[in-house]
Amino acid sequence: MDDFILRALAAGCGIALLAGPLGSFVVWRRMAYFGDTLAHSALLGVALGFILGTNPMVGVIGVCVALALALVGLQRHRALASDTVLGILSHSSLSLGLVALAFLETLRVDLVAYLFGDILSVTPTDLAWIYGGGAVALAGLILLWRRLLAVTVDEDLARVEGMPVEALRLAFMLLIALVIAAAMKIVGILLITSLLIIPAAAARRFARTPEIMAVLASVIGMAAVLGGLFASMTWDLPGGPSVVVAAAALFMLSAVVPARN
Amino acid sequence: MRLGGRVILDHVDLQVHPGEVVTLIGPNGAGKTTLVRAVLGLVRPSHGEVRRRPGLRIGYMPQRLTVDATLPLTVRRFLALWRPTTAARIEAALAEAGVTHVADSPVQSVSGGEMQRVLLARALLGDPDLLVLDEPDQAVDVHGQAELFSRIEALRRSRGCGVLLVSHDLHTVMARTDRVLCLNRHVCCHGSPEDVSRHPEYHALFGRHAADLAVYVHRHDHAHAGDGTVVPGEGGDCCHG
Repeated sequence: MDDFILRALAAGCGIALLAGPLGSFVVWRRMAYFGDTLAHSALLGVALGFILGTNPMVGVIGVCVALALALVGLQRHRALASDTVLGILSHSSLSLGLVALAFLETLRVDLVAYLFGDILSVTPTDLAWIYGGGAVALAGLILLWRRLLAVTVDEDLARVEGMPVEALRLAFMLLIALVIAAAMKIVGILLITSLLIIPAAAARRFARTPEIMAVLASVIGMAAVLGGLFASMTWDLPGGPSVVVAAAALFMLSAVVPARN
Repeated sequence: MRLGGRVILDHVDLQVHPGEVVTLIGPNGAGKTTLVRAVLGLVRPSHGEVRRRPGLRIGYMPQRLTVDATLPLTVRRFLALWRPTTAARIEAALAEAGVTHVADSPVQSVSGGEMQRVLLARALLGDPDLLVLDEPDQAVDVHGQAELFSRIEALRRSRGCGVLLVSHDLHTVMARTDRVLCLNRHVCCHGSPEDVSRHPEYHALFGRHAADLAVYVHRHDHAHAGDGTVVPGEGGDCCHG
């Protein structure tokens, strides 16, 4: 098997592993639209990365964190409904990213690769980013697991118990930002949310505990990566969308397979 | 206390002593919930202060709690989320609240009354000095209410913790409470349940029929200080309950 296929598999499986538990939280906390908004802002991060001459991943993480902070601030005002605020930020940040990239005339950016992913062009450096960032994110998630679950169940109760609710919420957004930066190359910023929520949604019916759901979501995500890449090789299809289609097919399957309980 | 430019609460003085049951009553929008949230530290009063005994542990039982259906969580696991604890302690709290039978059920599947007791078990796990119960009579029928209140009464005795109870209506909690604070943006009246049920402001708030519902005989065995603190009177057995 060629090196680039192995790298694609390794990158996809690494992202799926991380997206399982994080995506479960996105589903439990009903933050799918929030994840989408952060992902859309990633393009602006790419542009900033080019302008500042740093790795685009750094720009992406920076913009995602800034946007997450802005969201927390805006949601506190409550003058507008949460989904309206998300909608405004989601599309304006995506457009701003497109405009910013257009200004960088000297640079030919493969826009389609950023929007829909280019899993077959994963470099060893990308792999290092995915596994390094992924390990940090996973360690943080395991460390905060119980408290994040408590905050997910009820923020007021968690606050009365003395948990730092705002800090936990922020830490969670930071973890999502890390995943987005790492997954951008695999499925592209327009499809990242699907990799977070589809495997988790498929896992729900078969799980009795949060941990089982998280692990199952990882497994389903990896199966989607394998299936999608196989289809992509066999019929010369775009990689990222094939992975998402495979995930969607697994979700359909999960809805008809009888659960044990 | 102001919220969004509106004065929600004004001139409220509330004290809860160990082993004492204090009930907050008042119509909707009276500021009961706001006062409770201030006691819990969830909102900061714009004026005045909330003083707690140093190291005071508060057990909070919210009015209701809905866990998202996508989160697979058994009752047992739900109880384990809030602090590092042991299986034995969870078992004891489940037994104390009388919900051992739902320990392994998904937390979304238990009935309203059972959920109330699960939330009580959760509050007990923190070994509280003060139990704060927000309208525990909302989600349950009359039978469930009586059960819940006698359970709380027993807990108060066995654990010696103070209880702050919020209720929208006096007669269900009357027999179980030491002091009542009737709230409508300010303290309308306060004192023993019997005193409050006779108070003209209470009648103004709850109408004539309130007196007929509040059938409760209370031997007045203590005096009340100006701030509503109970001062034990001379002689006589204490007959609260």
